[in-house]
Amino acid sequence: MSKIICRCEEITEDEIIEAISNGARSVTEIKKFTRAGMGLCQGRTCRKSIERILARETGRKVEDIGISSYRKPVRPTKMGSMK
Amino acid sequence: MKKYEVVVVGAGPAGLSAAIECARAGAKVLVADENNKPGGQLFKQIHKFFGSKEHKAGVRGIYIGEQLLKETENLSIEVWLGSEVCGIDADKSVWIIKNKEESCCVKAERIIIASGATENSIAFEGWTLPGVMGAGAAQTMMNCYRVLPGKRVLMIGSGNVGVIVSYQLLQAGAEVVGIVEAASALGGYGVHTAKVRRAGVPFYTGYTVKRGIGEKYIEAAEIVKLDSDWKHIPGSEKILTADTICLAVGLTPLIELAWLAGCRFTYSAKLGGHIPVHNKYMETTVKGIYIAGDVSGIEEASTAMEEGRLAGISAAWSLGYYDDQEAEILIEEEWRKLNLLRCGQFGVNRKVSKDEILNKWEEMRNE
Repeated sequence: MSKIICRCEEITEDEIIEAISNGARSVTEIKKFTRAGMGLCQGRTCRKSIERILARETGRKVEDIGISSYRKPVRPTKMGSMK
Repeated sequence: MKKYEVVVVGAGPAGLSAAIECARAGAKVLVADENNKPGGQLFKQIHKFFGSKEHKAGVRGIYIGEQLLKETENLSIEVWLGSEVCGIDADKSVWIIKNKEESCCVKAERIIIASGATENSIAFEGWTLPGVMGAGAAQTMMNCYRVLPGKRVLMIGSGNVGVIVSYQLLQAGAEVVGIVEAASALGGYGVHTAKVRRAGVPFYTGYTVKRGIGEKYIEAAEIVKLDSDWKHIPGSEKILTADTICLAVGLTPLIELAWLAGCRFTYSAKLGGHIPVHNKYMETTVKGIYIAGDVSGIEEASTAMEEGRLAGISAAWSLGYYDDQEAEILIEEEWRKLNLLRCGQFGVNRKVSKDEILNKWEEMRNE
C-alpha cells in the first residue's frame, strides 16, 4: 500500500494520483473524488501535501493549484450541539 | 441574538492585543477561543523574546502572556473559553459552539479574525506511526503538560521552532539525535542555533527524512541527502535510532473563517500559503472584517501583538471611538513598531512579502 496522505480518512497517495488521472485538478476536486481532507481535521494536516502532489503530477507550481473551499462548521461538532 | 461591537476570534497574542485596544477605546468586545486557557502559544514559549525593549525583548513568552491576561482582566473584557468559532457569515453573525455542547450565534459590527496557524506536516513513509508529531505539539506536551514526548528525538527543520524546541527537549532530559535541514544553510537565529550546537547536537544540512521505521511506533528514522533539484541521492541514506520524529517544517495560516466570511486571498509562499488580502489597517476585502497575527501571514508573537493592536485601533476608529487625527497618530506608531520588527536579516523578507499583500489590496480595490 502506498503511504497515507489523509490520516483522518485514510486516503493513500495512490488514490490521490488515481483521482488526478481521472481528471481531478484542485484540492476541492481531490476532496470530492476521494474524501481526502473531509475528516476530523478538515484537511488541516494533509492539505499542503495534496497541493504538492497535485503540483508534481500536473506539472504546475504549488501556488497555481488554487485555494480549497471550506464549509461550516470548521471544527468537528456533535450533531446534538446544533439544536 | 447577543450583539457586540467587536467579536475577536482567538485569544492568542494577536487576538488579546486587538481586544485590549478595542476595549481601551471604549468598544464592547467579545473574545472567543477554542482552548480552555487564553494566551495562544505564549504559555509554552519559555524562551526570551527578540526585538527591542519596547517589543519586550529579553522577556519570556509566558510572562508576556500573563501581562496580556492581566490587561484583559483589568479592562473587564468578556472572554469565552472552550468556545469554537465554527462559522462567520458575510452579515457578521458568528456561530460559536461552547464546550462542545451549546451552539449559539452572536452578531458583530466588526470582526477581528486572529485564528493563528497550524503546523505543517510532511508525508514520508511511516509518518502516521506514533512518535511522529509537530515540534509545536512536542513543545506543548513538555512545557504546558510536563510530559516528555520521547527519549531520543530527531528534529526535522532547523528554523527557530526546530532549534528552540530541540534545546528545550535537551533541557527536559531528552536526547536530540540530530537536526535535519533540507536547505544548505541553517534557518534559525544564531543564538538559538549556537546553543544546540554547543550541546553537541549534530546538524544534517541538505538532508530530508525519507522513512520512519518501526512496527507499532517509531524506532528509527532514515534520512537521505538531497541533490540541487531536491531529489533523494540514492546511497546517501543514514539510519538514526530515535523514538520520536518532530516536524518543524513551517506553519499554515488558519484561513477557513476568513474564507467563509467572503474574504479574497493571495498566495505567499514566504508567509505560509493562502493569505487573506488586507490593507494597512488590517482590514480584509470584506468591510468590517479585520485579521491579525499568523492568519495574516506567518511571523512571530511580537509582530502578532503589534498587528493585533493595529487591527483593534482600526476597528475602534471605524466605530467612531477615535477621530481621524487620533487614529492616524496611533496607527503611525503601530507601523513604526512593526517596521522595527520587520528589518534585519530575517525580518526584511517578511516586510517585502507583507508589502506585496498590501499592494494586492490596492489592486483588488481598483478592480
